[in-house]
Amino acid sequence: MKKLLIALATLIPSLVFAAGPTVPLDEAKVDLHDKASLQRGAQLFMNYCLGCHSLEYARYNRMFEDLGIPEEVGQKNLQFTGDKAGDLITNNMSPEKAGAWFGNPPPDLTNVARVRGPDWIYTYLRSFYRDDSRPFGVNNSVFPNVGMPHVLQELQGLPEKTYEERRIDGEMQKVYVGLKTDGKGRLTESEYDQAMLDLTSFLVYMGEPMKLEQRRMGWFVFGFLLVFTILAWLLKKEFWKDLK
Amino acid sequence: MSNAPVDKGRRRFLTVATGVVGGAGAVGVAVPFIASWNPSARAKNAGAPVEVNIAKAEPGQMIRVKWRGKPVWVVRRSTEMLDGLKTHEDRLRDPNSEEPQQPSYAANEYRSIKKEFFVAVGICTHLGCSPSYLPKEMEEHVEGVESGFFCPCHGSTYDIAGRVFQGVPAPLNLVVPPHYYVDDNTILVGEDKGQA
Amino acid sequence: MANKFVEWIDARIPMTKTWNIHLAQYPAPKNFNFWYLFGVLAMLVLVNQILTGVWLTMNYVPSAEGAFASVEYIMRDVEYGWLLRYMHSTGASAFFIVVYLHMFRGMLYGSYQKPRELLWLFGMFIFLVLMAEAFMGYLLPWGQMSYWGAQVIISLFGAIPVIGDDLTLWIRGDYVISGATLNRFFALHVIALPLVLVILVFLHIIALHEVGSNNPDGVPIKKPKGSVPDEEKPKFKFHERFTKKYDIVDAIPFYPYYIVKDLVGIGIFLFLFCYVIFFMPEMGGFFLEPPNFEPANPLKTPEHIAPVWYFTPFYAILRAVPDKLFGVILMFASIVLLALLPWLDRGRVRSIRYRSVLHKLNLAVFSVSFLVLGYLGTQPATPTATVFAQIFTFLYFAFFVLLFFYSKREKTKPVPERVTS
Repeated sequence: MKKLLIALATLIPSLVFAAGPTVPLDEAKVDLHDKASLQRGAQLFMNYCLGCHSLEYARYNRMFEDLGIPEEVGQKNLQFTGDKAGDLITNNMSPEKAGAWFGNPPPDLTNVARVRGPDWIYTYLRSFYRDDSRPFGVNNSVFPNVGMPHVLQELQGLPEKTYEERRIDGEMQKVYVGLKTDGKGRLTESEYDQAMLDLTSFLVYMGEPMKLEQRRMGWFVFGFLLVFTILAWLLKKEFWKDLK
Repeated sequence: MSNAPVDKGRRRFLTVATGVVGGAGAVGVAVPFIASWNPSARAKNAGAPVEVNIAKAEPGQMIRVKWRGKPVWVVRRSTEMLDGLKTHEDRLRDPNSEEPQQPSYAANEYRSIKKEFFVAVGICTHLGCSPSYLPKEMEEHVEGVESGFFCPCHGSTYDIAGRVFQGVPAPLNLVVPPHYYVDDNTILVGEDKGQA
Repeated sequence: MANKFVEWIDARIPMTKTWNIHLAQYPAPKNFNFWYLFGVLAMLVLVNQILTGVWLTMNYVPSAEGAFASVEYIMRDVEYGWLLRYMHSTGASAFFIVVYLHMFRGMLYGSYQKPRELLWLFGMFIFLVLMAEAFMGYLLPWGQMSYWGAQVIISLFGAIPVIGDDLTLWIRGDYVISGATLNRFFALHVIALPLVLVILVFLHIIALHEVGSNNPDGVPIKKPKGSVPDEEKPKFKFHERFTKKYDIVDAIPFYPYYIVKDLVGIGIFLFLFCYVIFFMPEMGGFFLEPPNFEPANPLKTPEHIAPVWYFTPFYAILRAVPDKLFGVILMFASIVLLALLPWLDRGRVRSIRYRSVLHKLNLAVFSVSFLVLGYLGTQPATPTATVFAQIFTFLYFAFFVLLFFYSKREKTKPVPERVTS
């Protein structure tokens, strides 16, 4: 089924891009236990995203603690706004100005992973391509006509849509085969994918910072309920002997 | 319905066991409800230790900062002020700071780490008003004492080390909060040295 | 010591007497099955909602400016705030699950039939208040779905001729959903409706204990006084309030027998409940919808607005009708007809076990319609989906019409004198 969809998609590229959300999303293999990945993601976020996007419901010190970063180290290397380690992760951009620059103010991203899902973010971050008709010279195949520049261009380079000549039904046709970067970025393609997975994982963590604790508690509660239910069942059996 | 004899021991055991486990569960459920009343991350951040820059403080000058919503004073005491401390010890309630109103490192004759800088919570120990700092005019309230603190609410008086005078409503010396010197120019109020 | 204390209390309020009448000497049919668990579970969830609700109120800020941020504050800054919030949000959905199953039980075994009409009506009022409570509660997080969901539902009242527009304006207290709407919904959600709910639950139980529980056979356990020989009476002591007028058969005291049985059920229910709380609090977007993690934005509608799952059967009925007013009427009618069941069903046989094949079929079609409508309500309204919604809306209403006609002369199986098993 998925293959069929992709096949269809490759046949009619123009339609696919018109209908943005139907672009197949790549799976983001997020591992919240991988603290190194989350730390790299945090670093990317603070350096490339925080200028425009805040995490205004989250606090630096909570993030440091959850990601295993000592507070002094974190404050020195990752905290560019606020004074105290317990401050919220805000930026200094005023929504009015930002709205004028980008069309819409850049949204806060604390919960973005809960709104869009990790796969969407992961694919979106890897789907910018050159489009000279857009104000910032780039477009995005997951979020068509997005008002955001490709801030990670220095890492990825500038991808372009690429086509291949293929024989279909006996005729040579130009077929869209995906985005290909110009190679001017600092990272190779697989390095960039890993970096974006790190960033996605960080945003997934941000959406639910309590997730690991929550699951741990869940197992504990299950253990308790098992004991309770078995005892209650034995008790029920014992009392209902009266009715036999 | 049979009249088979009831195994009372087993029944009692299961009842008690289920009750105990159920009770433990109730206690467990109560934990999040009770814990949610603790200061939140926001409150903790608002009450986080405060850095005070003392580089520019002149002798006799007071710097006020807010810590946990309360005024904290840092007074740079002049030599005269420090010298004056010994003159009225017989008129104080607790001249030797025996009551635990200060961390151990401030339980000395100056009630401070460095004798020059006096750090105190600016809340009267009587009923919680904030006393005024009188660097020169203390004589009006206490004879022979030049500088100190005077509480306008009920007239309690403290000397320049925050020690309370006899015969006023306030029972105790002013509180010295935990603090330490980060460097020569910076005091961190709200934390003992070496504390995480 | 303990005895003295009980005596002291009993001399002042009827503690022991109440305990006996309603629990220790309350005759409950001995053949309750799985379906009879959901009343107790509904009580449990109600207690959960009230407790967690009170605690959420301690940190929630009921204003358009502060609501969304305060929910995130609860989720992130308050110790265990996330747990309290998930208990509440999961509880809301769990409430409807157990209440729907509880109502279905009533339909299976004819629990609404005489003399339990008022009991059923109290239950329907509980259901209505619960819907209002859930709807108003859903606005409080002030996310995109809160906002636009409320917008759509309140607009329904605009369909009422003449006064519609003024009425919606009055409900909102503003030209759009705003802080004014939020504040009044908050007041109703945390004070007024819970109070009404608790009173109705109390009345529901009073009514139940007055007429006694139905059972899967639908056979009364109260027999005329003196008609039952002593050796056939249960060996238990029931309160004279029940035995004075009737001979009670096939009954056991609620306490301890059903209490211990319910404990097992509660344990199993809590497994499912806690699984959601700890492992999938959004329940795949059904309990907490993804757009609701974005703050309300009056200028941007989410691509697809669907109410929370428990409203979707009724929402699907609404959308199935091409006319706004008629759609609203039909939607409310779908609930009113449920309330009228005691009078629409003119049969004398209660339990599905002894009713005609036609009735079994009718009820099955009704259940399927309800589920399909519930599914369709979550989906975007495509032309095909709308046709399906119309078909199943028709079947939903056909249940009541058919029931009214065939129940009078239904070919039922012989009903046993006494409950089976």
